[in-house]
Amino acid sequence: MQQKQPLIELRHVNKYFGNVIALNDISLQVNAGEVMCLLGDNGAGKSTLIKTLSGVYKPCQGEMHIAGKRKAFHSPADALDNGIATVFQDLAMVPLMSITRNFFMGREPTVGKGIFRRINWRLANEVAKEEMAKIGIDVRDPSQPVGTLSGGERQCIAIARAVYFGAKVLILDEPTSALGVKQAAIVLRYIAQAKARGLGVIFITHNVHHAYTIGDVFTILKRGSCFGMFRKSEVSREEVLSMMAGGEEMDNLSSELEEFSRSDAVFAVTQNNTVLEASAALEHAMAEAMEQEFKLVSSHS
Amino acid sequence: MSTGIVSVENKTHDERLRQQHLLKKALHRPEFGAVAGALLVFGFFGVFANDSGMFSAAGIINFLEVSAQLGILAIAAAMLMIAGEFDLSIGSMIAFAGLVVAIPVAVWDWPLWISIVFAFITALGIGFINGYLVVKTKLPSFIVTLAFLFILRGLAIGFTRLLTGRTQVGGLKEVTENDVLAGLFSGEVGQSFFTWLTEIGWLDTNFAGQPMVTGIPVSIVWWLVIAAIATWVLLMTRFGNWIFACGGDANAARNVGVPVARVKITLFMMTALAATVFACLQVMDAGSADTNRGLLKEFEAIIAVVVGGVLLTGGYGSAIGAVFGALIFGTVQMGIFYTGVNTDWFKVFMGGMMLLAVMFNNYVRKKCLI
Repeated sequence: MQQKQPLIELRHVNKYFGNVIALNDISLQVNAGEVMCLLGDNGAGKSTLIKTLSGVYKPCQGEMHIAGKRKAFHSPADALDNGIATVFQDLAMVPLMSITRNFFMGREPTVGKGIFRRINWRLANEVAKEEMAKIGIDVRDPSQPVGTLSGGERQCIAIARAVYFGAKVLILDEPTSALGVKQAAIVLRYIAQAKARGLGVIFITHNVHHAYTIGDVFTILKRGSCFGMFRKSEVSREEVLSMMAGGEEMDNLSSELEEFSRSDAVFAVTQNNTVLEASAALEHAMAEAMEQEFKLVSSHS
Repeated sequence: MSTGIVSVENKTHDERLRQQHLLKKALHRPEFGAVAGALLVFGFFGVFANDSGMFSAAGIINFLEVSAQLGILAIAAAMLMIAGEFDLSIGSMIAFAGLVVAIPVAVWDWPLWISIVFAFITALGIGFINGYLVVKTKLPSFIVTLAFLFILRGLAIGFTRLLTGRTQVGGLKEVTENDVLAGLFSGEVGQSFFTWLTEIGWLDTNFAGQPMVTGIPVSIVWWLVIAAIATWVLLMTRFGNWIFACGGDANAARNVGVPVARVKITLFMMTALAATVFACLQVMDAGSADTNRGLLKEFEAIIAVVVGGVLLTGGYGSAIGAVFGALIFGTVQMGIFYTGVNTDWFKVFMGGMMLLAVMFNNYVRKKCLI
């Protein structure tokens, strides 16, 4: 089954912060043309894992392999040079700078020599416009500030920039979490495009609809350990959802809530005072409403 | 829009781009407020100080010279502010640099040009320390450079009293005469041009038959040259793009590989350098250095920069804006003198104007993101 080399592979990676075990024996791999969804609750170690992959942290133990070769990154720039590009949710764009200036930030194309070396604005503007057109965003004027674009479009520029500058693996940190339905769709469509072009994508999200729509593999992190790695064929949306939401914790919560409402009901019956009865009934209703809401929340987020 | 000046020539016309009214387009430039303000100020004094000689050739040179000296500081401060940092040590740096030029000449008989070079190297070093501390400690530059405001002023007073027993070092006029570098910081340029203007009758002569204006003071030349270089750097070079990126969002910039620390340290060195240019101009002009020089100049520079449309939090602005900010400052300062209004009121006006400018800038920035 594993004929091709994974683009990036972690083998038994551990990361400690003092006495805290942030990552415990994490192994994962991302193949070309594959979207791996990284799921997990807050504090599960997602951020630490991303930062390890993108060169911000060095693993304390374990190995990282890029295209079959063992590598250790010293900095985010090092990771970039190896084709690992990370797009952070809101740290990607400078709103007051133009689209072109943002797109080429740090890697401006230049012409001329010595003190006459200058940015090739004509080329830069053309490329920015072209690349944006490729992902279906028709930029009217590449010199307009990025702040005038929508959140989804901004995410897309950040991703397009990474792809243009030769990224082989994209790490997307909750790219859709702050976006509306339409905006998120733009980003998801673009992730699908990147996948079709043979890039490997690591996609971090809290939204099961987004994850299940686009993902091929689901890796669940829990308290710093790898809880499981599933192919899409192996799990249903509901199972992914249940694992994402923390599974048994949610079950416990709902049974606890049920317990509350039952004791409230008992309390109400034993009271003769009609006022108290009314208030207890109200509490009961509220508890039920809350339970409903929790179910709703867990099915939506 | 920071790249608005760069002409975008799209081969195919985009039907969704409508021709914007020229004024509205101008409104999107960071320096718009300052240019409009300068016109307003000229209009005001044109009416109220017209017959006072403010707009005679000599009067114009007068307020341009005042503006130029501040402008040199303001341009460097503007670039630093666009990168998201302040330098409050500019004023003290002026006094310190002036004394670094004057003391070796007066006390140890160094040739002037060597002590000028020495002052510039010292300035680069102090700028580096400022920048390095800000970048490494991650403290606000406001605090770090505020410390240097006192440290440099104190060093200037301490060393000067220690070495000369006084707070003023004079007697540099003679050594200025034949020095190779002094010419860069003193005198005037284009004398023959002004003589010619007088010959064809475009310029009045004074009672001695000399032209009213004998040449353009070098400070004005420095101002214009520095403005041109700064504009080129900001709009056309990679370094310029990095300056905007650092001020706009240092983290985002770092994530895409912009050497944020290097950019900021370089700009701190540039403000120290600008302060030294200012100090040299002043020392050559007065023939002396004084521990009290440059008082409050750091704030005047910040006013000029903010009036010039640079965003206080960084990431947005222009060098041209700082040029016009300084021009407004210089014009008002001299204009109040010419109108005969008590100059005691100048600072009230300056402060009020800065408030207005900041409010206007905030408004413009919001507009520009729509």
